[in-house]
Amino acid sequence: MRATPAVWTVRGAAAVLTVAGLAHTLWNGVAEPGAALAFGALITIGELARRDRQDPPGRHPAPLGSAGALAYALLGQNAGQPTHHGVLQIVAVAVAAALAGMVPHIARGRGPAVDHLSRRVLTVAFAAVCFQPLYNSGRLEERVGQGPYLVVFLLLLLGLTALCDAVLAAAPAGAATGRPYGPLLRDELRAQLGIGSAICATGVVMALGAAVAGLWALPVFSVPLLLTQLSFHRITAIRTTYRQTITSLARATEIAGCTRPGHSRRVAALSCAVGRELGLSERELTVLEYAALMHDIGQLSLVDPVPDGATAGLPGAEARRIAELGGEVARQTGVPAEVAVVVERQADPYRDQPTSARIVRTVNAYDDLVGGSRHPGGSLAALERLRLGTGHDYQPEVVECLARVLARGGRDRVVPVPPG
Amino acid sequence: MRALPPGARAYILCAVLVAAACVTPALTDSGTPWAAVAVLAVLYLGCELLRFCPLPGSRVPEGIGSFLPVVLAGVFLLPPAAAALVALPGAFAGTVVQRPAGVRRVWHAAQQATAAWVAGQAYGLLRGPAALGGGPAAGSGPPAALADFPYVLLPAAVAAVAFSLVLTALDGGILALAERRPAATAWSGLATRSLAPHCVHGLAGLMMAVMWRSPYGLPAALLVLLPMYISCWLFAQYHRERGAHRATIRALVHAVDIKDRYTRGHSERVGQASTMIARELGMTEDRLETVRIAGILHDVGKLGVPTRLLRKDGPLTPQERRIIELHPEYGHEMVRGIGFLGEARSAILHHHEKVDGSGYPYGLTGEQIPVLARVVAVADAFDAMTSTRSYSRARPVPVALAELERCAGAHFDPAMVRALVEAIGRTGWHPVVTSDEDLQVIPARAAPAGDEATPEPGPEPERPGVPVGRTRQGAGRRDADGTGAGA
Repeated sequence: MRATPAVWTVRGAAAVLTVAGLAHTLWNGVAEPGAALAFGALITIGELARRDRQDPPGRHPAPLGSAGALAYALLGQNAGQPTHHGVLQIVAVAVAAALAGMVPHIARGRGPAVDHLSRRVLTVAFAAVCFQPLYNSGRLEERVGQGPYLVVFLLLLLGLTALCDAVLAAAPAGAATGRPYGPLLRDELRAQLGIGSAICATGVVMALGAAVAGLWALPVFSVPLLLTQLSFHRITAIRTTYRQTITSLARATEIAGCTRPGHSRRVAALSCAVGRELGLSERELTVLEYAALMHDIGQLSLVDPVPDGATAGLPGAEARRIAELGGEVARQTGVPAEVAVVVERQADPYRDQPTSARIVRTVNAYDDLVGGSRHPGGSLAALERLRLGTGHDYQPEVVECLARVLARGGRDRVVPVPPG
Repeated sequence: MRALPPGARAYILCAVLVAAACVTPALTDSGTPWAAVAVLAVLYLGCELLRFCPLPGSRVPEGIGSFLPVVLAGVFLLPPAAAALVALPGAFAGTVVQRPAGVRRVWHAAQQATAAWVAGQAYGLLRGPAALGGGPAAGSGPPAALADFPYVLLPAAVAAVAFSLVLTALDGGILALAERRPAATAWSGLATRSLAPHCVHGLAGLMMAVMWRSPYGLPAALLVLLPMYISCWLFAQYHRERGAHRATIRALVHAVDIKDRYTRGHSERVGQASTMIARELGMTEDRLETVRIAGILHDVGKLGVPTRLLRKDGPLTPQERRIIELHPEYGHEMVRGIGFLGEARSAILHHHEKVDGSGYPYGLTGEQIPVLARVVAVADAFDAMTSTRSYSRARPVPVALAELERCAGAHFDPAMVRALVEAIGRTGWHPVVTSDEDLQVIPARAAPAGDEATPEPGPEPERPGVPVGRTRQGAGRRDADGTGAGA
């Protein structure tokens, strides 16, 4: 992430909190060292289990660490005895444990995940500030008691914390990429929905479990989240290979001489940029990317390749036949069914198409028109041709969106598809 | 399960009667905590029904399996008979993939009720209910007793293992009776595969029970379920994505099949033969998977060769032959970006090298050729000889093996040939994926030498032809279903 003022604000606030927490704890000593040690160990283990690979921003790279830190922030009782640790000690323990867990990652040559850590510090401090003073003063117990209502209160509190976390993640990302803030926050909140809710639930349950069963609750209650983390890693790994395999399949058309080198990857990257500009969600973007990678796959079924692989210049019926063949191949690849639909419908008039197919059709035509030697005017001439076709073939909004993306710097600024 | 054999019917009837006997005490006993039973039963039912309702953005993946923590929490919280009652509605409503659905549902319900009852008995014997601590969450003071923590893990673990073992034993029985699997293979693997997931579910059930008994009550218990459910979800999702990935690999192969109709099924069979050789050579499991994929993808470069050339009947000109001989390099170029292939990529590049250096593309000799490439070369030649091509008819397996042995040392690595001969000598050659016209492939067992004059043309009796080119989505779906059982 580029260091913008927003990023520096987040980092600075986290640094101030950390220094204050550590100084306070060193000065006054640790209250209830046993609990501090146990939760610290849990956070450290969570960090150790984190993977080296840079996860996409906004995702939780170390769910167990986050849950442990939240649980420590919400800890009111330990095995039936009230606890006395304050907000600053919570921050100090969370930071120290996370740093200890990061040592091996740094030793392996990865930078310390500063942004991840500063977000953690701020969210944990937020939860602790909302909970500990209320609880330690006894006012919370007066109002909601030690019972089911406390659970509801904690849940509401963690909901607020998750919102705070999403804002913290979306603000720097928005400042760095210049994307509109609304969809970013929506994506962040959607990302929180799965793993984030598991983290919050585990945090609450662990704090309450420690109140009921003592520190034994920690290892027992962290098992589901640890498994979740492992499954997550494996899913990320398989998704990476999956994408590589699909890219290879897409490249089959280039090697077979059906399309020009790099065509499908260019179309995928440019389609994703247009889709993002049009405000598609992450899932829709994934579908769009796969469909764009595979959009020419139907040409493999032809006995004689199309000249130059440019389907934009073909008569409609022929293009539709190739698209249908491609949809049939795509259906067998195990990609989501929507992808096959997009591939299949890419040659239809735009009014019959789903949005993704309109984008693929337009971008594909653009790449064909620019790449072929028939249009020495390049990008502008190609766009002009597309504009002429907006009556029937291409959606005007998509064409204009493409023009905007290209005007902003075109392919250099689109998010790259990993080279395959 | 086509028609249910009488033995299996009797077996299911027995299981239902046993389950009824387990449940009955709860119905007659006046002390059954009906409120708790109802809440848990509805929860379990809800978890099972969740997969039918559309969620925003994503669906519950198939093959998520039964969500057992609720049942096990029932085991820990309730008397055994009441716990058996909890299992009934959810098990009955659970997903059933294959037909006959009704019988399977009844069977699952009976199975889980019995297992819950047995687990409850085991838990009770070890003084589990007392160790759970807490009391009914009615009192508003401090909790009556804290959970006796390290100890309570023991009865919980024993109960989870008992639950798992009963399920496995009943499953093995029905497999042996209804699907006519040999009893030994029906049980083997089932126990090891399900024990670990059941123990994790048991742990989650224990957490739920502890929170239920604590002053925080039901809301806290529900919160325990959420991470566990997401964990199961992701596990199933992982298996689905892996299935999708395998389907993509098949699609690559299928793309080759579209172009080169004569080699239909060839890739899968080469993968199979390569795995046989590699296993005979004592390679590790990881490497076997690599070998299999190398075998499957070895001809992927043919996508780069013009279709007219591949389908040409009759002799090729030297010029055309040179173009076809480019396919290992095309294939290598194509799969260059797939990280996990690793060694398999070099096998794709070098599978036409010969030991004496007369092969292509680089003319490597002997040890210079990567091991996997030598394995795939032998498997490729073997399958080419035993299936019909445009230029030759299929030869019987023993003839092909004799031909391979003749060429060993010149074309092929003798060690690989020996491994193939020994592997086929032991288990025979049963091509998994037979081709479109089954007559093209000769599924011969390792016949004695005199048998080769009468090859047995005809499909495998237990495997009807599954043409590679015709598997629409079935292949991917089969994976997703088959592997989801462990969740």
